[in-house]
Amino acid sequence: MLRFLGKRLLQIIPILILVSIFIFLFVHMIPGDPARLVAGEDATIEDVELVRKELGLDKPITEQYITYMKNLFQGDFGKSLKTNRDVSYEIGERFMPTFWLTVWSMSWAVVAGLIIGVVSATKRNKWQDYLGMFGAVSGLSLPSFWLGLMLIQLFAVTLGWLPSGGMDSWKSYILPAFTLGTGVAAVVARFTRSSLMDVLKEDYIRTGRSKGLNERRITWGHGLRNAMIPVVTMTGLQFGFLLGGSVVIESVFSWPGLGKLLIDSVAYRDYPVIQAEMLIFALEFILINLVVDLLYGILNPQIRYE
Amino acid sequence: MVELKLSNKEAYYQQTLENIPSKTPFSEFWRKFKKQKLAFVAFFFVVALILLAFIGPFITPYDITEPDYENVLSGPSAEHWAGTDAYGRDIFSRVLAGTQISLYVGLTSVLLGAIGGTFLGIVAGYYGKRIDSIIMRICDVLLAFPGILLAIGIIAILGPGLGNVIIAVAIFSVPMFARIVRSSTLAVKSTLYIEATKSIGTRPKRIIWKHIFPGTVSSIIVYFTMRIGSAILTAASLSFLGLGAQPPSPEWGAMLSGGRDYLNIAPHVTIFPGIAIFVTVLAFNLLGDGLRDALDPKIKE
Repeated sequence: MLRFLGKRLLQIIPILILVSIFIFLFVHMIPGDPARLVAGEDATIEDVELVRKELGLDKPITEQYITYMKNLFQGDFGKSLKTNRDVSYEIGERFMPTFWLTVWSMSWAVVAGLIIGVVSATKRNKWQDYLGMFGAVSGLSLPSFWLGLMLIQLFAVTLGWLPSGGMDSWKSYILPAFTLGTGVAAVVARFTRSSLMDVLKEDYIRTGRSKGLNERRITWGHGLRNAMIPVVTMTGLQFGFLLGGSVVIESVFSWPGLGKLLIDSVAYRDYPVIQAEMLIFALEFILINLVVDLLYGILNPQIRYE
Repeated sequence: MVELKLSNKEAYYQQTLENIPSKTPFSEFWRKFKKQKLAFVAFFFVVALILLAFIGPFITPYDITEPDYENVLSGPSAEHWAGTDAYGRDIFSRVLAGTQISLYVGLTSVLLGAIGGTFLGIVAGYYGKRIDSIIMRICDVLLAFPGILLAIGIIAILGPGLGNVIIAVAIFSVPMFARIVRSSTLAVKSTLYIEATKSIGTRPKRIIWKHIFPGTVSSIIVYFTMRIGSAILTAASLSFLGLGAQPPSPEWGAMLSGGRDYLNIAPHVTIFPGIAIFVTVLAFNLLGDGLRDALDPKIKE
């Protein structure tokens, strides 16, 4: 297991380096002069040159990259062009709201997806299966921002049961977490169904049946346990979907998280913040994938010896 | 007696001849595809949508840009089936005209992504070694920005607008196509007939286009169809966030975003464009599911 862990850690290092280069080059890919961008439209030429020196943009690009990485390791992401505060401060404030939103969305989505998937697989080609799978493909096709607006209209405006936005109490989580999790629940349901159906065809399931185990024990005990292996990997990938989706959903519900900050920053062309956000999202996603890989190694001992 | 035998034989030949056409890959596919009732309906719906994309702008009952201030935010009625928006424009007409934009963005972006991804995937899979690892590492980097984030990052560089949304969604589709095509290229490459083709000295270019590419087509088609739905969703989300189509364009996501401010007094302004997005994406997803089930030899009936 330790060797497996080491191997996986080694594998992500080149990806981390490439991602950091990509994000470093991000500001250089924007058409126009980055120094002018930071200094502002109406800055004098002297001001622009001053900013260029200050940001080290007059140095060779490799040196710039090394400085950038050094600063990153010290937690220095530069200053926001909009608020002039440290980017790390802006992001630090917004990290936890997004984190909790994704965690709650993921939790309900996995539970609901698993239940729908198992019911569909065991009631194959019956009405439960058709209902579950039609619900799942509908969940995949719903524009999340529209679903969010419709839920606000129903539960906040008409019924007045839940707040329409912001993050004041536990009630504020219900609508955004439900909206954000819908797509993931749909994917988990579809994947669980097909994975479980494959497993239920296996010989050891037939053995279980022939020795008289009851159907519930076969499904939940033997079937689902093995069907879970691919489901876990796929669920990890869905975390990425959630992180991306949070950007849209946070704007719908005025959630004080990273996603809303990103959209505000794109509108303002606040590049240091955009750059840092892209890095944070990518890092988070890479780390989650690593955790999933390790889980996969625990669930499926075969993979460790490959 | 002899005559009877002959006619038997004839009947046998007749039957055999009749059976031959049903063995071609296409008719086999069609036979399986027709069994999927939902996908079959979705197929005709998609065809209708494509037709609507061409004629939609010409058959709108009202002008889609001309404001009518006498009729602001009125609910659905006999004159305005889906009501009117904050400028008194007929929402049904605008949704109809918007079909063209959504399908155009969905199809072109995925097509561009598929071309780029297929090329990279085949090259990586066929040549292997250094080229393979370089291409796949680039894909890993692009895939490290989950979901819509890569598209938002590209928009942040290029600036908002529908054209840039197409580029962003295309780039966002490239790594997925590359991975899928690479793995089917590897599968085809290891077959005996490719070995045979190589041994008679066929040039790599010919092997790729005549032998490998056709072997990857079915996985490309399935993924292509499935991807259109999510591309339309992504484009609509970007427009909703103000990064894509700008008002007064009748793009569905932009219409929805415009209706947000009137949600409590005129919910119909947001309801109808949303239904249009949902139904369109659903049709492409159902079609994609049906194609996958019909083209995947592993799925037994």
